[in-house]
Amino acid sequence: MMWELISHNRRMSLFLFAGMALLLSALGYLIGAYYEPERGGYFGLAAAIGIWIVLTLISITSGDEILLKLSRAKEVTKDVHPRLFNVVEEMKIASGLPGMPKVYIVDDPAPNAFAIGLKPEKSSIAVTAGLLSKLNRDELQGVVAHEMSHIANRDTQLMTVSGIMLGSIVLISHFFLRSMWFMPSGSRRYRKSDSGGGGPQLQLILVLVTVALAILAPIFARLIYLAISRKREYLADASAAQLTRYPEGLASALEKIASAGLPLESANKATAPMYIVNPFLATGAGLAALTSTHPPTEERIRILRNMAGFADYRAYQRSFAKIKGKPTAIIPNSGIHGTKQIESRAASADLEPDKDKKAAARDVMDIMRAVNGYAFLVCACGLKMKIPPDLDQPTVNCPKCGRENRVPTAELATVGAVVEAAAEAEARATGQAPGLPPADATGGAYEYVRKGGGWESFACGCGNLLQLSPGFRGSVLSCKLCGKNTVIKQ
Amino acid sequence: MGWIILIIFVVLIASLVGMYNSLVGLRNRVKNAWSQIDVQLKRRHDLIPNLIETAKGYVKHERETLENITKARARAMEAGSVGEKSKAEADLSGALGRFMLVVENYPDLKANQNFLALQEELTSTENKIAFARQSYNDSVLFYNNKIQMFPSNFIANFFRFVKEEFFEVEEPSERAVPKVSFTS
Repeated sequence: MMWELISHNRRMSLFLFAGMALLLSALGYLIGAYYEPERGGYFGLAAAIGIWIVLTLISITSGDEILLKLSRAKEVTKDVHPRLFNVVEEMKIASGLPGMPKVYIVDDPAPNAFAIGLKPEKSSIAVTAGLLSKLNRDELQGVVAHEMSHIANRDTQLMTVSGIMLGSIVLISHFFLRSMWFMPSGSRRYRKSDSGGGGPQLQLILVLVTVALAILAPIFARLIYLAISRKREYLADASAAQLTRYPEGLASALEKIASAGLPLESANKATAPMYIVNPFLATGAGLAALTSTHPPTEERIRILRNMAGFADYRAYQRSFAKIKGKPTAIIPNSGIHGTKQIESRAASADLEPDKDKKAAARDVMDIMRAVNGYAFLVCACGLKMKIPPDLDQPTVNCPKCGRENRVPTAELATVGAVVEAAAEAEARATGQAPGLPPADATGGAYEYVRKGGGWESFACGCGNLLQLSPGFRGSVLSCKLCGKNTVIKQ
Repeated sequence: MGWIILIIFVVLIASLVGMYNSLVGLRNRVKNAWSQIDVQLKRRHDLIPNLIETAKGYVKHERETLENITKARARAMEAGSVGEKSKAEADLSGALGRFMLVVENYPDLKANQNFLALQEELTSTENKIAFARQSYNDSVLFYNNKIQMFPSNFIANFFRFVKEEFFEVEEPSERAVPKVSFTS
């Protein structure tokens, strides 16, 4: 179960942390010793630790917000996208997270997702608008489960800490190497140090070691960083499969994401490891497996699909060993020992049909408008109007049919609004009509003016869609829902 | 020599305390997961009246299906014991499932924005109930293992930690919507 995995990860993090810290200290010490062989070593060490402390403080206090802003993510409430919010809440319940993560949507048509957070209580999950428009509910659930697993397993914590260490190491060696370039013979003080040390040979060795370390340290650190992040991707996949009891959901989502072929504009090298699929894959960078932050997507999909109708960690381990061809234990024994076999469930009923490209693109625009506070207003003629949040007119004329529509003051998609709207519809059906075209003298009937030349559709006062065929010659149409008559004028 | 004994003693006490605390933590997690199930069940009860109101006008010929839902809901809200509750809630799930099948025949209803929002809420609540149950069972399994396995079983027995029960329900058959075709 999760908990044992978590403590295992924590131990590994500490181990890694210690290893990287040692490397950082060695680097700092040696560089300082290079400049000032007498006492410079300690000074360099202190400076390295100082840099690391500063970076850590910044990351802890505002690291999350910085990363989110960098990735162009906007926080959203349930109103904006109830489905996303619901799915996140479902996964929060399934994974037993102590607090609900903050939900963000990224303005980008490329499908991707990431999660960050130093503690499970205070975490965030972000999803691109492209992802929301392309995936169905099961697939979205799989992706969200994967990201929440990163939070629950404290991967995000580890990644942040490692990122800081890596950043410090890279920073220090970068400055050192740059300074070497400008002052190849070392500092002025170097010449004074003939009195100390063990002669010119020792100093030469020291120089070589320092330079070598400065070049290699970032590479080693990055390799360690990548090795951990790749392993964690597999673990998160396994956790997601078990949480949702439906590995096919995540597999199918990964497939869609990988085949989308759109580069994620807001990603950069620093934020790349956080995403569910390597955001640079699409640009055809062709990174070798060793240097990529993510394992190859096709492999992940194959492992998930090979779980033979089961959804537990053991099944993932078996599938992993089979696909990779070697019996590497990806799941720590603590995650398997004592657990029982879990069958995977069937696909959910009533998934949305796959949309064509145009519909998907329109969806992305709509999602971003909703994120930015636009309201959606459906005119009686069927046109869906998008009202910007700063509009202060009380009514808006439909560009298609000219009808005046009242601008709602609250967003339309909340369940609360649904309840009110349902009550309103009931009121309308019984004859009261707030804000709609006024009933004329025939006592409660509505009017519609035909434009002629084809099919026309409009909404009855109660919300029911009424349609007129080109051949309809009558003057009155009765609504099947509320029973009201609408007078048809030519 | 004395120091070594002292160190061993301290380590032993520390690990015993650790085991006790983790057992307490796990038991609380089980209790929390149980209450989460209740929360979601109640949420479903609250959503149903809106659903009925919204659908009523459209599905004129399905009065019976709607009434079944209302009756099942009433029974679920009254149920007392855990067994009664779980049966009543399963019945309610079944009634809702049958209704959703029926909805397939009413494109007008399916196009209604209110109904779509409610449907999403209901689907989500059903999922949350399922996940709350899943999470509860997962935490019970883990807790029971800890109680029964060596070495924490000694602590468990000493402090009288008892096994918790799984929340068993006739699982997928209740939730899966049966495939029925309206060809007659």
